[in-house]
Amino acid sequence: MKLVTAVIKPYQLDAVKEALHALGVAGLTVSEVQGYGRQKGHTEVYRGAEYTVEFLPKIKVEVVTDEIDVDKVVDAVVASARTGKIGDGKVWVTSVDDVVRVRTGERGLDAL
Amino acid sequence: MEINTGNTAWLLLSSALVLLMTPGLALFYGGLNRSKGVLNMMMMSFSCIGLISVLWVLYGFTLAFGVNGSAGLNNIIGNFSTYFGTGTSAITEEWLFFGANTGIPTYAFMGFQMMFAIITVALISGAVSDRLKFGGWVIFAFAWFTLVYIPVAHWVWGGGFIGSKIRALDFAGGTAVHINAGAAALALCLILGKRIGWPRENMRPHNVPFVALGAGLLWFGWFGFNAGSELTVDGTTVFAFINTQVATAAALVGWVVVEWFRDGKPTLVGASSGAVAGLVAITPACGFVAPLPAVLIGLIAGAFCALAVGLKYRFGYDDSLDVVGVHFVGGWIGSLSIGFFATAQVNAGITDSKILNASEGLFYGGGLAQLGRQFLGSFVVTLYSFAIAAAIALAIKAFKSLRVTPEAEISGIDIADHGETGYDLTPSGGSGGGGAFAMAGLTNSAPIDADGKADVSQKVAG
Repeated sequence: MKLVTAVIKPYQLDAVKEALHALGVAGLTVSEVQGYGRQKGHTEVYRGAEYTVEFLPKIKVEVVTDEIDVDKVVDAVVASARTGKIGDGKVWVTSVDDVVRVRTGERGLDAL
Repeated sequence: MEINTGNTAWLLLSSALVLLMTPGLALFYGGLNRSKGVLNMMMMSFSCIGLISVLWVLYGFTLAFGVNGSAGLNNIIGNFSTYFGTGTSAITEEWLFFGANTGIPTYAFMGFQMMFAIITVALISGAVSDRLKFGGWVIFAFAWFTLVYIPVAHWVWGGGFIGSKIRALDFAGGTAVHINAGAAALALCLILGKRIGWPRENMRPHNVPFVALGAGLLWFGWFGFNAGSELTVDGTTVFAFINTQVATAAALVGWVVVEWFRDGKPTLVGASSGAVAGLVAITPACGFVAPLPAVLIGLIAGAFCALAVGLKYRFGYDDSLDVVGVHFVGGWIGSLSIGFFATAQVNAGITDSKILNASEGLFYGGGLAQLGRQFLGSFVVTLYSFAIAAAIALAIKAFKSLRVTPEAEISGIDIADHGETGYDLTPSGGSGGGGAFAMAGLTNSAPIDADGKADVSQKVAG
């Protein structure tokens, strides 16, 4: 199994969620995160004093999927999260050893 | 005494309006502050409502406005016994304005002036955010109110030398309130020192809607502050009311235009700050000038204060929320503006030898005389307030009651000095840990009683 993690623009969350839903992804985890990449932060000015806001608000989407579907999931996330402007984010894939459904105790692919 | 119901009703209403300015100030300052010190910042204002109200009725009013039998001594301070103690006779006495009947009971005037004393002390707190021990603040508020506010109010309004000898004009508090508080704020923040990390670290406003709400409440209450200061209801009252509106509006525009050109974007913090700068500047002049000059005073104050708030970075003093840049500078602009624009057409008392016995402004044929008096009056208040505030701060510092520890400052003065925090925005609420952990703590360690409520004492401890 694979864990697909995507850090995206908050505005693109709906598009990503719809794209994953269309693929039949059964569940996902979303969290609000802060960070920066090549885009860096931005500046704000209060009473003439300039402040650098280094960390920008982003959304982290996490999906666990089987190995057969992982490319489709990654492609769907990338296609739906892309605006073509700087700051669109990153997607990475890691291996997952096991998954357990808490309610039933099912393991592996059955738990997805 | 024949009570004039219109005058008395307006003065009582104005008193309530002026009181509302202090919670408004608390929101204005609280929003400009970082979130970890928001409660301390607001508490400094609220504590003034508690402390100063009591001190005012105890000895403040009589020392500021009781007439001293000796004319020489009355230049300096009022009479201690006139309104001191448990006497209630003053309620049936009529307050006389330069010997003239007002139709208002003395206690209505006492209450009105009480609200001025409260907010003047509270204004100082904006310079010292996040690092002044709360106990040190209470001592400072008590000492500065007693040693500075009371005598200065007497000098300006109570028959003391600034009003009667220098003959500087101050309709609603340019010298007695704003220059006074601004100079004290500068002295206090210099002796207190900078916040850890200032100006290198981000210390931007944590809640801009609070700032705008606070500015709105200040604006609303300021109609009582300015138009109420006529004490009676007449043509001058209306001038003061209208001038308050147009000068403030113009200052909002002035500040925003400056930052739009200089920084590229117009901000809500700038609009709110500009409004307050305009309110400050028109305060001393509102009952002496016509509406068009009031617009000009507002524009100048808005633009000038927008530039003045940058001075702290040049000179390296951490006047955290710009009490000096807004109240001190705005107060000076307003006080001096009287020397240019005061006219007897708005307030016949200006040139009446039995009342204010002053002169019209430069642009109304009065020459430079009044400008000189305004400068001298403002200068005296600046010097006195700065010096005494510095002495009080040094005394508190000597007793190690001035500044919180670096650990407390970094983790937040709200927790260190008040044991509470401003916000819990975690989804599940609950104890200090917040988030999902709060729920875990609730079910595991804190018993839930028959009503389904958690044991609050344990929750807070967690």
